[in-house]
Amino acid sequence: MARSSAPGLLISFLVLVAGLLLAFTVGRYPVSIGELFAVVSAKLTGRAADVAPAVENVIWYVRGPRVVAASLVGAALAVAGTAFQGLFRNPLVSPDILGASSGAALGAVLGIFVSLGVFAIQALAFAGGLAAVAAVYTVGSAVRARDPVLVLVLAGVVIGALLGAGVGLIKYLADPYNQLPAMTFWLLGSLAATGPADLIPLFGPVALGTLALFALRWRMNVMSLPDEEARALGVATGPLRIAIIAAATLVTSASVATAGIIGWVGLVVPHIARTLVGPDFGRLIPAAALIGGGFLLLIDTLARTIAAVEIPLGILTALVGTPFFIWLLASVSKTWSVE
Amino acid sequence: MMLLGHNLTIGYPDRVVGSQLDISLKTGEVLALLGPNGGGKTTLLKTLLGLLSPLGGQVRLGDRPLAAYTARERAQHIAYVPQAHAAVFAFSVETVVLMGRTAHGSLFGRPSAADRAIAARMLERLGIAHLADRPYTKISGGERQLTILARALAQEPRFVVLDEPTASLDFGNQGRVMREIRELGAAGHGVLFTTHDPNHALRAADRVFLLRGGTCLADGEVHSVLDRAQLEALYGTKIARIHDRDSGESAFLPG
Repeated sequence: MARSSAPGLLISFLVLVAGLLLAFTVGRYPVSIGELFAVVSAKLTGRAADVAPAVENVIWYVRGPRVVAASLVGAALAVAGTAFQGLFRNPLVSPDILGASSGAALGAVLGIFVSLGVFAIQALAFAGGLAAVAAVYTVGSAVRARDPVLVLVLAGVVIGALLGAGVGLIKYLADPYNQLPAMTFWLLGSLAATGPADLIPLFGPVALGTLALFALRWRMNVMSLPDEEARALGVATGPLRIAIIAAATLVTSASVATAGIIGWVGLVVPHIARTLVGPDFGRLIPAAALIGGGFLLLIDTLARTIAAVEIPLGILTALVGTPFFIWLLASVSKTWSVE
Repeated sequence: MMLLGHNLTIGYPDRVVGSQLDISLKTGEVLALLGPNGGGKTTLLKTLLGLLSPLGGQVRLGDRPLAAYTARERAQHIAYVPQAHAAVFAFSVETVVLMGRTAHGSLFGRPSAADRAIAARMLERLGIAHLADRPYTKISGGERQLTILARALAQEPRFVVLDEPTASLDFGNQGRVMREIRELGAAGHGVLFTTHDPNHALRAADRVFLLRGGTCLADGEVHSVLDRAQLEALYGTKIARIHDRDSGESAFLPG
């Protein structure tokens, strides 16, 4: 298997590079690849760049933060999806399976409803995501069952529905002229308002969670076996499951707090990564992170360029993700089997 | 070393499956667990593996209660060979076997070159080295069973516990597994396996433990325990016994 993984990782890396080049150069103010390299190399060597000052501004202050945020959010959602698919032994699972997105949504609409500031709304969304998954986990482990994983998924579905009702209630009560559009916009996902100040609270949790998952990569392979088999192989599945869920929830909540709800990335990208490098988490996690970053850069570039107004990311990922996923189901289902 | 279940009550919080069970397994000994469906074989197996807590009594491994071992320590002593099933993700056969080395590595560890060498040796030993790079999802049921057995051997355990190891195998692979079980016993492992076929017990086991309705009908040396009357009581059906005069071997036929 080691033989075939190098090209897969290389392709994943190229996807990210392509996404970065596209995101920096395409837009209402076109920047050529030559100008991009001139500006970046000028920054690295400390010399002044031989380009218009407007180009530098666009690269560092307008597109830069947004590009970094898109890469991080895409990578985070893809890694979290990869982790949850392994943990739940189901390739149709996405990062919001345990209610992280619904919890964050409730936190955010609540913040908008009581007219909090942007950062308070993000903090509330982040806390909402963590709290929802903690609640799901508590309910799931309070129920004694032979299949703890199945109970957890069902608890996630039920609590997710409850949180969805809460979001519905607040939208119903919200001021339809000021608050409701803001809520709708947030719920559909966007990076339009991302500035440099958003990057630290995004980068910290995403890096921490991703590194934790990568450190546990071999244990995660074993965790994708049925619970009893993993235990018989010497894995303390209970504590390890908490650790994986905590790490994946951390990265999901941080990205949802920054960018709103963006579906499909966490579902589709792990599949692409698996077809490229196989199911071993040691290669799957880096590949998913690279492809996820590149994929969301592409989507975000489309979002701000294909129409006069910005298109919400959640809508574009669904438009791109659905046909792509159907194609995957039909053609690459051989990378996993459900009998 | 000894794996010992003393005065066990086994089952689930809402259902007692068996009680007053005493069972022991020494290293170097092969024990077959026989009994009809629903008699508690798998429950007893999982209790002895530490996957299920006994409702009463105690399981001991060596001089300590099994419950005092961590999952990792337990896996260094006892390996479990479940019935082979389809996997969700297409890990290579080599990776599946390497998973047997997990208990010998650290929490953040990956298999080392030494682990790979052990996995390769076990694949060789079971005659499936040619499958090493194949996806586990793309091999036959019999090959999967041999892969899971190789994974258990890669654990380098003292005790190997197998749940119906021959259930999904063709005649040739059944013979291969029977032989492997005998060799494990001869090499000093303690082996416990369940089976639906008393002939497999005759073929591979030193001792048999007969379990019906959650109670022990008999426990003793295989040739002294396994006779027609005993098996008819165990399975509740007529059974014939045939002898081969040349080899002295015998076999049971149901019905």
